[in-house]
Amino acid sequence: MEDLKAAVKLYQQGGISRREFIKRACALGLAAAASPLLNPFPAQAAGPKRGGRLRIGITGGSTTDSLDPALITDLMMQVFLYGAVGNSLVEIDADGQAVPELAESWESTQDAKKWIFKLRRGAELHNGKTIDADDVIFSINRHRAKGSKSAAKAIVKAITKINKVDKFTVSFELKSGNADFPYILSDYHLIIGAKDSDFGKGVFSGAYVVKDFEPGVRAFATKNPNYFKTDRGWFDEVEFFCINDVNARTNALKTGQIDVMNRCELKTVHLLKRSRNLQVMRQDGFKHFTFAMRTDKAPYDNNEVRMALKYAIDREQMVKTILRGYGTVGNDHPISPANRYFAKNLPQRRYDPDKARHHLKKAGLKDMKFKLHTAEAAYVGAVDAGVLYREQAAKAGIQIDVIREPNDGYWNNVWLKKSWCAVFWGGRPTEDMMFSTGYAKGAAWNDTFWDHKRFNKLLLDARSELDDKKRRSMYAQMQKLVRDEGGAVVPMFSADLSAASKKVGHDKLAVNWELDGFRAPERWWFNS
Amino acid sequence: MKRPRLNTVVMMILKRIGLGIFTLLIISVLIFAGVEALPGDLAQAVLGQSATAETVEAFRKELRLDLPAHTRYFSWLGSFLSGDFGNSLANGRPIAGLIGWRFVNSLFLAAITALIAIPVAILLGMLSALYRNTWFDRFVSITTLSAISLPEFFVAYILIALFSVQLSIFPSLSNINTQMTFLQKLYKVALPCLTLSLVVIAHMMRLTRAAIINVLTSPFIEMARLKGVSQKRVIIHHAFPNALSPIINVVVLNLAYLVVGVVVVEVVFVYPGLGQLLVDSVSKRDIPVVQASGLIFASTYVFLNLTADVLAMLSNPRLRRPR
Repeated sequence: MEDLKAAVKLYQQGGISRREFIKRACALGLAAAASPLLNPFPAQAAGPKRGGRLRIGITGGSTTDSLDPALITDLMMQVFLYGAVGNSLVEIDADGQAVPELAESWESTQDAKKWIFKLRRGAELHNGKTIDADDVIFSINRHRAKGSKSAAKAIVKAITKINKVDKFTVSFELKSGNADFPYILSDYHLIIGAKDSDFGKGVFSGAYVVKDFEPGVRAFATKNPNYFKTDRGWFDEVEFFCINDVNARTNALKTGQIDVMNRCELKTVHLLKRSRNLQVMRQDGFKHFTFAMRTDKAPYDNNEVRMALKYAIDREQMVKTILRGYGTVGNDHPISPANRYFAKNLPQRRYDPDKARHHLKKAGLKDMKFKLHTAEAAYVGAVDAGVLYREQAAKAGIQIDVIREPNDGYWNNVWLKKSWCAVFWGGRPTEDMMFSTGYAKGAAWNDTFWDHKRFNKLLLDARSELDDKKRRSMYAQMQKLVRDEGGAVVPMFSADLSAASKKVGHDKLAVNWELDGFRAPERWWFNS
Repeated sequence: MKRPRLNTVVMMILKRIGLGIFTLLIISVLIFAGVEALPGDLAQAVLGQSATAETVEAFRKELRLDLPAHTRYFSWLGSFLSGDFGNSLANGRPIAGLIGWRFVNSLFLAAITALIAIPVAILLGMLSALYRNTWFDRFVSITTLSAISLPEFFVAYILIALFSVQLSIFPSLSNINTQMTFLQKLYKVALPCLTLSLVVIAHMMRLTRAAIINVLTSPFIEMARLKGVSQKRVIIHHAFPNALSPIINVVVLNLAYLVVGVVVVEVVFVYPGLGQLLVDSVSKRDIPVVQASGLIFASTYVFLNLTADVLAMLSNPRLRRPR
């Protein structure tokens, strides 16, 4: 059955032809059973068309950007390198599932400690070289190397050994079992390039070939005629303009100088919606905002204080005022409804000044002034959110002192340093990644400095658990633990808003990253 | 009497160039110290929220950020003096390549704006002086002063709303590139040009007007009038040449502003000039790029001031032939 699934995935990806698919399915004796799966785009009325130049006006570019995936830090390069120019071994599809990309299939041992990845045969880099095991090993090892500057170093740390099994098979050995390992390999830093090549040149395997790149200004790429996916990369050319000013982006889209913009202004997005030629696209993904309390420092080491502050925030109002409705309420844990193991049955925590007062009284800190550090650098609206929180908490007799920090250096000087501060989280596609980066004991970004024995044990157990049902219950328990004992107030999940001309067509949007999981350039098309 | 005149000017130029170089040296120290004083360094700024102790350490080691500040300053100064601008710390590209075309772009925008704004401003100034205290004078003053009182990004947005969104005459993006022809570029920069013109015209126009009116109170103007010379002739032939030196000063000051002070306009119109590079580099603590662009800006000021002084001297016989 696994073979069939792999074949279906391959077929839907365009990795194999229809004929090849049927051949493989027949070999499994399952052709009849598989036939309903044989139409990857049933709902498309118009259907994708080839051609045209997609012009994307994007924020998050800087003159300091480079084409090296290890040094990606912001949006323009994430979308350009991961969505147009390069591929990882694994891709996240519109349903949040890990599906093969440069890998053809994978399997693991029972303890999820050793993973064997079979590579897709015949996938070519832009210079014509066929990708083989050596290239993959080199591309991953770049991030693991001693002295590596890669931002992905932390996520590949779990790999202890990479071996070449044969020319198109690679095995990974992990420190401890991880059932979500394929998700890790879908990371945008882990783009595959040629062995011993200079990754700063931008020669990868994606749907488009880099023609011109001026950091923080413009990136231009043309169609890769040998792209290994036949149902992707519809445009002839893609052009990125770095437009960091949201008004400039909006004007450019309105006047037809660009076809797509990311990050619409919440205040004016309703005006865009009114325009007949434009579509506004909303993705409810993993992005969320927190107020992180350091559970290792007084007074936040007392769970009564944490509970008091959690009850003192009106989440609905936060979403309405700060996000202008473009978001969903949080439940004091970082797992979003878009995650696979989101705990649906966990009751939603509500604003309750009486309970807040009660918990504060129990803590014996009635006259305490809680200092909340915040800055616009945390996220747009973070200062307003702080002030709103102060007013809501005041009704419960809790005094919050909102301290506005400078934007410059917020992540170095405030985050992980101050006892209570506003934090932005891009979120993660899997529960394990989210918890182990932000809530596990000793994690570099555990900004609540939380150390919960049962939680840490559950995290380890769930990671190597291959039984779906057991995993679901473990992650539900963990969400409850974070919600009731953790150090983060999680008031809201923020939706990603982008807008495009009506000419642009797309399927169901993936929510793992903005702009269709960063993949808009290769997944979208022009209708006419 | 030709030789001594030339000598004075040449001597002054040489002296000013020497002083200019000294100024630049001091500025380079100030820039370096300023960027050093900002919290965090390149490694943390580039990695942002994803900075872990280990990666930051690797960054610092490779870029030699772990060396003491004065060591890095002098090694930068050494290579700078030998003509090597060095590479950007953030993306490893040669700085000369990063700055070169952007500086050309900045100069292009400044030049086009100057070509429109300076004649208009001076003409309006002269006309205002000529028709002083009439409805015309008041109208010109009120419009130009209103334009300068609004923040430039606001002027820019109004122009975009009007000419780009409503009338669809000019593009709201001015992202010019090297593949464009001169005319295409001109079309693309229409709105930023207009914005900047509106911002600088008031200043130059008001000063021209004031300088001319000031001269108009001098005895020799009264003499000319008594001789029966027409008001127009008095202003063009007698007052204007004598008001030239303050006018030259304000024009040059505005020119310098057009080159170095247009970051906001660059951002609104997405114009790839030097200002944006400087802002990005400061926020990423990319010291060599900040230094290089800072020094280019400073040199622009020094050079333009020098030009102003030389022109003022040449236009003024009393300064030209000191006793």
